[in-house]
Amino acid sequence: MSRLSIITKGIIKENPTFVLLLGMCPTLGTTTSAINGMGMGLATTAVLFLSNMFISLLAGLIPAKVRIPAYIVIIASFVTLVQLVMQAYMSSLYETLGLFIPLIVVNCIVLGRAEAFASKNGVLDSGLDGIGMGLGFTCSLTLLGLVREILGSGSAFGYKFIDGDGILIFVLAPGAFIALGYLIVLFNKFRSKVLK
Amino acid sequence: MKRLLVSPSPHIHGDESTGSLMRDVIIALSPSLLVSIYFFGFSAIKLALVGALTCVAVEYLIQKYLMKTKVTIGDYSAALTGVLLALNLPPNAPWWIMFIGSVVAIGIAKMTFGGLGQNLFNPALVGRVFLLISFPVIMTDYTTIPDSWFRPGVDAVTGATPLAIVKEGLAKGMTLTEIYGQNDFSYLEMLYTKIGGSVGEVSALALLLGFAYLLYRKVIKPHIPLAIIGTVMVFSGILWLVNPEQYTDPVFSVLTGGVLLGSIFMATDYVTSPMSNKGMIIYGIGIGVITVLIRNFGAYPEGISFAILIMNSTVPLLNKYFKPVRFGKEVKHG
Amino acid sequence: MAKESSFKNMVLTLTIVCLVTSAFLAVAYSVTKDPIEAANKAKINNAIAGVLPEFDNNPSDDVFMVESEGKQIKVYPASKDGKTVGYAVESFTNKGFGGTIVLMVGFEADGKIFNTSVISHAETPGLGDKMQQSKSDFSLQFNGKNPADFNLSVKKDGGDVDAITASTITSRAFCDAVATAYKVFEKIKEDKK
Repeated sequence: MSRLSIITKGIIKENPTFVLLLGMCPTLGTTTSAINGMGMGLATTAVLFLSNMFISLLAGLIPAKVRIPAYIVIIASFVTLVQLVMQAYMSSLYETLGLFIPLIVVNCIVLGRAEAFASKNGVLDSGLDGIGMGLGFTCSLTLLGLVREILGSGSAFGYKFIDGDGILIFVLAPGAFIALGYLIVLFNKFRSKVLK
Repeated sequence: MKRLLVSPSPHIHGDESTGSLMRDVIIALSPSLLVSIYFFGFSAIKLALVGALTCVAVEYLIQKYLMKTKVTIGDYSAALTGVLLALNLPPNAPWWIMFIGSVVAIGIAKMTFGGLGQNLFNPALVGRVFLLISFPVIMTDYTTIPDSWFRPGVDAVTGATPLAIVKEGLAKGMTLTEIYGQNDFSYLEMLYTKIGGSVGEVSALALLLGFAYLLYRKVIKPHIPLAIIGTVMVFSGILWLVNPEQYTDPVFSVLTGGVLLGSIFMATDYVTSPMSNKGMIIYGIGIGVITVLIRNFGAYPEGISFAILIMNSTVPLLNKYFKPVRFGKEVKHG
Repeated sequence: MAKESSFKNMVLTLTIVCLVTSAFLAVAYSVTKDPIEAANKAKINNAIAGVLPEFDNNPSDDVFMVESEGKQIKVYPASKDGKTVGYAVESFTNKGFGGTIVLMVGFEADGKIFNTSVISHAETPGLGDKMQQSKSDFSLQFNGKNPADFNLSVKKDGGDVDAITASTITSRAFCDAVATAYKVFEKIKEDKK
């Protein structure tokens, strides 16, 4: 597998949100606007990149039976690091995403990539895989956030283009499910065309 | 090859088709429609027309161009969904709301699941709840301006629904006696006209007339509506006996908040209700209990649409455990 | 690939992993501690500056607590040239539709409300969140009013406040929080006498 394809596969072929259906909790919970979705995606990307590299570095030293607790501890500390940094330097974004940042620890993408990819591949490849998966996750969350923001609040990336409110349900939880469902359909239609 | 097709018995079949059943339901709805036209004038007709046309158009477009299957708009079911949705909206709702609701009802609630017979949830109710959550201001504004053409000399009737007035009053810490004192709720008036409510709720009598017609034509069985109405009466009756100043009495509870419209026309939808009698009764009791719970302890003043949708999701399970008796199977006696 | 697991190496690995990561986090914590505090302070200061007339002291240094109806409320006094120009009261209520609403209410020295701002809330988007000034003009109606002659409850309940359409509960909660703030303000006045 070429280095480039490790990065790009996360965006379309193995898109974590629309194809692997991983990390649904933050996907549904944080995408009330495009910016929020993007913030969550980037935070997860940072964690994925760092944890993937470290885990691939340490995989040979960690005994098989305790690898999951060890991975979780490593992931959790990177999440805490990201949380502290966001709190210190991006406090307004932290306000909106606050609750979901600690939950990156239990996001199945992070542990999933650690187990499925990082523990079996080199440091560089694992880092690239983290970036690729993270980018895929970020793109999907931004897209979902954008769709929900346009329909739900009549704005895109914070710029309002209609007066008043949109179709409120899309900002709320049920709208997240509806929008995600239709996006998965469209994405997979598009994906099967691209892969052909 | 058609001659060689063998289908399982029984081979005798009635004259009913989906189309004729749906036509009967539309006939049963006509008293309510007429009454609402009398009260609200053209706005009621407009809503019903926009609803029916949009639903039929959306179903046609999806079947023809997306699913590429047989187009089944001739069976009236899409049109019926549109009319039912119109009956569930406030009379002065703008047409575009009706349009969005119809697209959601057919596009999301019906065709996404595969069309008539495949949908888990009642399409018209999905449309209504979607609109209620999305446009809460418009959907709870029951101010109506009757056309002077139909009822000369009547000014705009402002109105929250009786249940909304009650909920509002209770939240202020008033007792029911005080609330009744300030508002004129008479049962007789509720029976044929109502102070405020959606298009189809206006007259309880017209709804009951439709119910009688459906029973006479054997389009629906009485189990579901009776189970819902009975449960709402018993449950709200118990609450009322415990504290008559906090909880509305059973008759008031049944006559308001779309219980009749919901139980007769929405909960009995063939596709989304159980098949066996036992299943229907459990389904009806569930709807009744959830309705009373939402009304008295939830955030919304009216709960029947949510209750029906919640119970819709139990229908596959109810059908699994309470199968209708197979034709020809010996029925156990005693 | 992963090593054979034995009791000794499992305990050893986990201990080392935990020790190293906690040391690493301790460093990260001490590095970010000051910026986080500064960010929080800046947020509070911004909120205070937004709800009070011009002042030249640093209200968050003079913060004191006032108890009102069992609630501990933070008060930030503001002064200019040594004279008190107003108080910012960080009031809250649990009566919101989505739970707690935290408000910063600024009073001028004579008890007039100068401005209010929402610090945190969990109200429904599109409905209750209209209490934020960025979303609607609802909260502007409080500005310049003195609760002594302005009934802090919605018109439906016989007060002077125009409720947000379809969000009576939120409007009531907002009034409740402002009323709590005013009680605190009166208490401060009493104590000053």
